[in-house]
Amino acid sequence: MTTITQNSVPTTTRRPVRDEMIAFAIMTVLLLVVPFTGVYPFFVMQGLCFALLACAFNLLIGYGGLLSFGHAMFLGTAGYVSGHALKVWGLPPELAIVAGTAAAFGLSVITGLIAIRRQGIYFAMITLALSQLLYFIYLQAPFTHGEDGIQGIPQGKLFGFIDLSNTDTLYFVVLAGFLIGFLIIYRAINSPFGEVLKAIRENEPRAVSLGYKTDQYKLLAFILSGTLAGFAGALKVFVAQNASLTDVHWTMSGEIVLMTLVGGLGTVFGPVVGAFVIIAMQQYLAGFGQWVTVIQGVIFVACVLTFRRGIVGEIGHLFKRSL
Amino acid sequence: MDINVPALLAQLLVGLINGSFYALLSLGLAVIFGMLNIINFAHGALYMMGAFCAYFLLNLLGLNYWWALILSPVIVGVFGMVMERTLLQWLSGLDHLYGLLLTFGVALIIQGVFQNYFGSSGLPYAIPEQLRGAINLGFMYLPVYRGWVVVFSLVVCLLTWFLIERTRLGANLRAATENPTLVRAFGINVPRMITLTYGLGVGLAALAGVLSAPINQVRPLMGADLIIVVFAVVVIGGMGSIMGSIITGFTLGVIEGLTKYFYPEASNTVVFVLMVLVLLVKPSGLTGRAT
Repeated sequence: MTTITQNSVPTTTRRPVRDEMIAFAIMTVLLLVVPFTGVYPFFVMQGLCFALLACAFNLLIGYGGLLSFGHAMFLGTAGYVSGHALKVWGLPPELAIVAGTAAAFGLSVITGLIAIRRQGIYFAMITLALSQLLYFIYLQAPFTHGEDGIQGIPQGKLFGFIDLSNTDTLYFVVLAGFLIGFLIIYRAINSPFGEVLKAIRENEPRAVSLGYKTDQYKLLAFILSGTLAGFAGALKVFVAQNASLTDVHWTMSGEIVLMTLVGGLGTVFGPVVGAFVIIAMQQYLAGFGQWVTVIQGVIFVACVLTFRRGIVGEIGHLFKRSL
Repeated sequence: MDINVPALLAQLLVGLINGSFYALLSLGLAVIFGMLNIINFAHGALYMMGAFCAYFLLNLLGLNYWWALILSPVIVGVFGMVMERTLLQWLSGLDHLYGLLLTFGVALIIQGVFQNYFGSSGLPYAIPEQLRGAINLGFMYLPVYRGWVVVFSLVVCLLTWFLIERTRLGANLRAATENPTLVRAFGINVPRMITLTYGLGVGLAALAGVLSAPINQVRPLMGADLIIVVFAVVVIGGMGSIMGSIITGFTLGVIEGLTKYFYPEASNTVVFVLMVLVLLVKPSGLTGRAT
């Protein structure tokens, strides 16, 4: 049985760190000049939040071989908690972000302990069911305001002096948040922890026989992934200024999967590219109503049948590089 | 605590009906998973297609409910077989997860197309004449149609169990699930069997769709949320045994019905909560083998 990311695993054992450095530099420069190019900054900020979310998701599927079909629950939970903290408790932005991320951390500990009890296909179904459970809870809980969601969330001043209602300032804060999250994930992938995770993905019984407590590694990966997804959700609150049920719904979880699949499962930069591609597509096709869903479905089918490496995976394959 | 018996029994009946849908759908999922190693995410969308098929047969061709009961599963089953031949068969040898992603994509396509033409509101489908009205059982009035759904589903479930566990065809099927290469060596056409199995599983989903059309209205998203509950049912029951799927499906429906009476706020979530509890106590599922 081939594993889901087999296509993108480089044949060389030594990781070509230099390529990744160059790609990272290009990405950072591109993102830094955005405010000066006239590209709609809110579009890019939204893209950055989803890119971080997809990177966090990719940590699980791409390196741990665990397909979570419920990652929207971390996005939505952190969004609700941060939004509530800002609007109702009046907390400053930095504490609201901490609160949202902490909520996602707590949720990922609980759901992780439950979900890692089964593998493969069951893991996907369990995470989906757990996120649906949470969806119904948020639908009825008073603080989420049900169908309306939390609206008109104030952005406030970060550390008391950085005014987040200024679009350019907000852009650089979101960018900084994205880069921090991205580098944490990159560090995790390239650490001994990441290597063990890949070993578990390739052959779990063998990793067990080598003495690794694989459940602990999987749980840790799940918590890291869920917490960072929550961090993305907390950042997104400042961009969208609302927190709603769409962020917890299974369609959102599906979109996260799609972004990562399009960009390239198990590639470092794939989820970032995929997130921007999907967000751009939604933006341009917004007038076509439900046909967007149909197109997303077609992309899913096409990717699985003919394009399993994804955009970045294909590029890497073409140049025989790991990105 | 006062118990309002008629209301309790009414909820119990609703629970049994939902349970029959859970049973029919999880049965199909289990059969498909056994042969194709794919969790069919499109199952909810195909269930919806079954209901729409009944609606079209009635409104375009004038064919009534009884025709729909036979023709819908066949039509949707053939659609499923075409899908298996054109899309799913290319996935053999790949990770299970690709099957989930592919069928999720198919579900999005089907549901999106139907939403475009029919919006999100429900289309009415009348209860057939012969099944209208209610019977007085002495302690409650039983709407005939609802009683029919439960009994008919149970019969279909048991027939499927009989087909798979007690016939020669079923024996071949089970053998092919265990070791397709060896079964092929005996001269049995396994790829054709896989296609037919997918058709059977999908047909069961479509049948559930027809049964639910007069109760739940015909809506493009009627299967979207249902399939997630059915996934939880599958996690609880495990996919190891056919009878296990049937029993788990009906039992969870009844529990959900009881929850609707005693604590309605939790009726949407009770199946998921039970899933969590089962995972904590017996991770491999109630009837499943450890995977």
